[in-house]
Amino acid sequence: MDVGQYLGVFLDESKEHLQGLNDNIMTLEQDPTNEDCINEIFRAAHSLKGMAGTMGFKRMQELTHHMEDVFSDVRAGQLKVNGDMIDQLFKCLDALEGYVTLISDTQDEGTDEHQDIIDALNTIRTGKPAEGATDNKAAEPAADAPAEAGSDAGSGEPAWKKIKVKDSEKQTLEEAKAEGKNVFGATVNIQESCILKAARAFLVFKGLEEIGEVVVSEPTTQDIEDEKFDLSFSLLITTEESQEKVVEVINHVSEIDSVDCGVFDPAAAGSGDDDKQEEAAPKAEEAPAAAAAPATAPATAEQPAKKEAPAGGAAGGGKKQAGKPAIARTVRVDIDKLDVLMNLVSELIIAKNSLISAATSEKSDGGSVNEQIEYLESVTTNLHESVMKVRMVPIDSVTQKFPRMIRDLNRSLGKPMELTMTGEDTEMDRTVVDEIGDPLMHLLRNSADHGIEPPAERAAAGKPETGQIFLHAFQDGNNVVIEVGDDGRGIDVEAVKRKGIERGVITPEQGEAMSEKAIIGLLFNAGFSTAKQVSEISGRGVGLDVVKSKVESLNGEVDVRTKLGEGSTWIIRLPVTMAIIQALMVKVGGETYAIPLDSIQIIEDVAPNEIKLVQNKEVINLRGSVTPLIRLSESLDVTSNQPENSNMVVVIVRKGDQQAGLVIDEMLGQLEIVIKPLGKYTSRCKFISGATILGDGEIALILDTNALV
Amino acid sequence: MNDLRDNADAGELIQYIVIRLGEEQFGIDIRFVDNIVRMQQITRVPKVQHYLKGVINIRGEIVPVMSLRLIMEMNADEITGKTRIIIVKMNGGNLVGLIVDQVAHVLTLDSNNVETVRRGDDRRHGEFLSGVGKYEGGLVSILDLNTLELESLESRDKDREKQMLTVAE
Repeated sequence: MDVGQYLGVFLDESKEHLQGLNDNIMTLEQDPTNEDCINEIFRAAHSLKGMAGTMGFKRMQELTHHMEDVFSDVRAGQLKVNGDMIDQLFKCLDALEGYVTLISDTQDEGTDEHQDIIDALNTIRTGKPAEGATDNKAAEPAADAPAEAGSDAGSGEPAWKKIKVKDSEKQTLEEAKAEGKNVFGATVNIQESCILKAARAFLVFKGLEEIGEVVVSEPTTQDIEDEKFDLSFSLLITTEESQEKVVEVINHVSEIDSVDCGVFDPAAAGSGDDDKQEEAAPKAEEAPAAAAAPATAPATAEQPAKKEAPAGGAAGGGKKQAGKPAIARTVRVDIDKLDVLMNLVSELIIAKNSLISAATSEKSDGGSVNEQIEYLESVTTNLHESVMKVRMVPIDSVTQKFPRMIRDLNRSLGKPMELTMTGEDTEMDRTVVDEIGDPLMHLLRNSADHGIEPPAERAAAGKPETGQIFLHAFQDGNNVVIEVGDDGRGIDVEAVKRKGIERGVITPEQGEAMSEKAIIGLLFNAGFSTAKQVSEISGRGVGLDVVKSKVESLNGEVDVRTKLGEGSTWIIRLPVTMAIIQALMVKVGGETYAIPLDSIQIIEDVAPNEIKLVQNKEVINLRGSVTPLIRLSESLDVTSNQPENSNMVVVIVRKGDQQAGLVIDEMLGQLEIVIKPLGKYTSRCKFISGATILGDGEIALILDTNALV
Repeated sequence: MNDLRDNADAGELIQYIVIRLGEEQFGIDIRFVDNIVRMQQITRVPKVQHYLKGVINIRGEIVPVMSLRLIMEMNADEITGKTRIIIVKMNGGNLVGLIVDQVAHVLTLDSNNVETVRRGDDRRHGEFLSGVGKYEGGLVSILDLNTLELESLESRDKDREKQMLTVAE
């Protein structure tokens, strides 16, 4: 058995608990007497401690333990929540987060003990630097153990005395005894609240294998690994160490309720003959157990060796496999989504079978085959959709960090501000969600730092002193839109222009000729920061350009709306999924192109006399809105094969709030296409976002309507 | 990959695919050749350099195809039954197709028989060659695939533009 398999779960849950702690401590800061909140915090801290202990992360466990103590005092009413305490707690959470990150990168918690934080937490508890919080803790279980062991002993004979010993095992035990080793029996009781019993048991075995050899266990090691035991298990161990040492090793594993240990006399052991008279079933089980018992010895001896790699990182110091995180990325999937998938797969199998029977029945006229193909098509479409949904996670996994961040900024900048978030349940592909956190964080910091004015300035402008920062996420067709903004001072276009000229990004003449929008666009240039001073929060010269390139690498786009004195809003538009899309296939000058369906609003049939010229550009009046026409044949350098005076097929596409009409030659129909990257050689063509391979092996290019409009 | 291309002084035997462009012969190190396919329908990509003829589908991967003739400023390709597309692996593993008039044969050369061509060599097409190989049948120019990387093609295009401008002035 290997705790490694629990590592993913541990990391997921730790992150969840830490997030919960973060949220609750923030609530507590607002409402220091909220009892539910305190209880919630206590519980989360307790589980976190337990989990860290189970996994053998001692430093993390220690730190959490001290944090838990503080909450325990708060809960008991011995301590009052105050600002200083909250700050310390946040520091502690950050340190814990540090452990988790380190563990997920290297499977090791590192060597930082964060003694300063532990001291600070103790100071909070006692009002003065604590002397022996650690001793205290060590003493506790030690005091508990004998007491409980005593009570156990009172209740009858300890379970380890009843362990049935095979003849071969008996021999091993006797040999060990002859060699002068001690033979002990032990019964370990695990706490009722323990979740990962098997992991605890494993740690017990692992610990004992270090000082001796576990010869027999009941239930068998296999059953213990499979968690097929109640709260206790018994074992016999041969060791050169003392009885106290054995008890100590077992007690070292957390969530162990009690241990009963004593000298085992192999000679007096109940022999295998007894159970022959009992029942046949246990005997049948004995056989594999007997085989397992000797086998476990080398196996478990080997395991610590294997474990050395990750766990030995602490001892060996530093030599970790650098680079890629050791933990596979996981997605938590709603069981309903899996059920849907399962159903679809069954349908797929049915469709396949019907197709086979339709194809083999000679009489068929092709009608039933077609029918089955249609069925198959609908199943595969649904299957694709469902698989995509499985990959979808709500964006709150990244946004939930933000309230804490704004709170910290609040303190460090000395500007009161509030963050409102909506639509955190909006779902996106896991890969997109993972990538979008940093850009969003940057935009929020930007708002806090550059957007929101100092309170005095706000008061002078007649605004409430507390600045408002918001993050709204919502789905819009096949896109997810995330708006991040503030009610601060907005972008000073003139200042940007001056800065642009100063930095030599544009010439003064260019500056005069540029539209407001184009000037704001300068902000996305690399190394362009308008903050008067470079501050800790933002303005390090890497900023909006990074946001832009990140979003674009995800096939999205960033836009900004701003009004001087009223604030600005950054709008990020991202595709919900990548990889597979629905597209309209069109012909232009004999070539086939795909237009993503989600950018298409409507398809119009336009007569030549409906086209008007505005500023020498062709437009049509589409139900009251003037829509520019783009002749794709011209944009794509081909000759349209449509006669001059015939009606034109116009695909109306949308980019944000603008729209335009793309003139095509002919429509081929809708198709589900797999997007393939085009590579850098053809990157000069901005109109093409990728390519797809059609059923006949031919390639069709995918038009990027955003670049065309 | 650069190492492989440059490290030829050990006297090792290297195989080259010899291709023809008109009357001229060029050798391409076989270690960088992924595949040789017949001329096929190339999907044109608009608004790209004139020597980029488009993209083709190689085992489900989209591969750009360039005309070696146009890169070397020779006459445009005439597609015949012998025209082939050599799929080569570039730095970083990208595949790129090169249109050639014909694939002649495979040639094994001792690296001692390959004379290195220095940058700025005024030999015809010198800028695209890494060396010239001698063999019984004569000489073969060895193509330097590094010069066909997008970056070096683009910087060369820029130089050409500048030259054109100065000539025009």
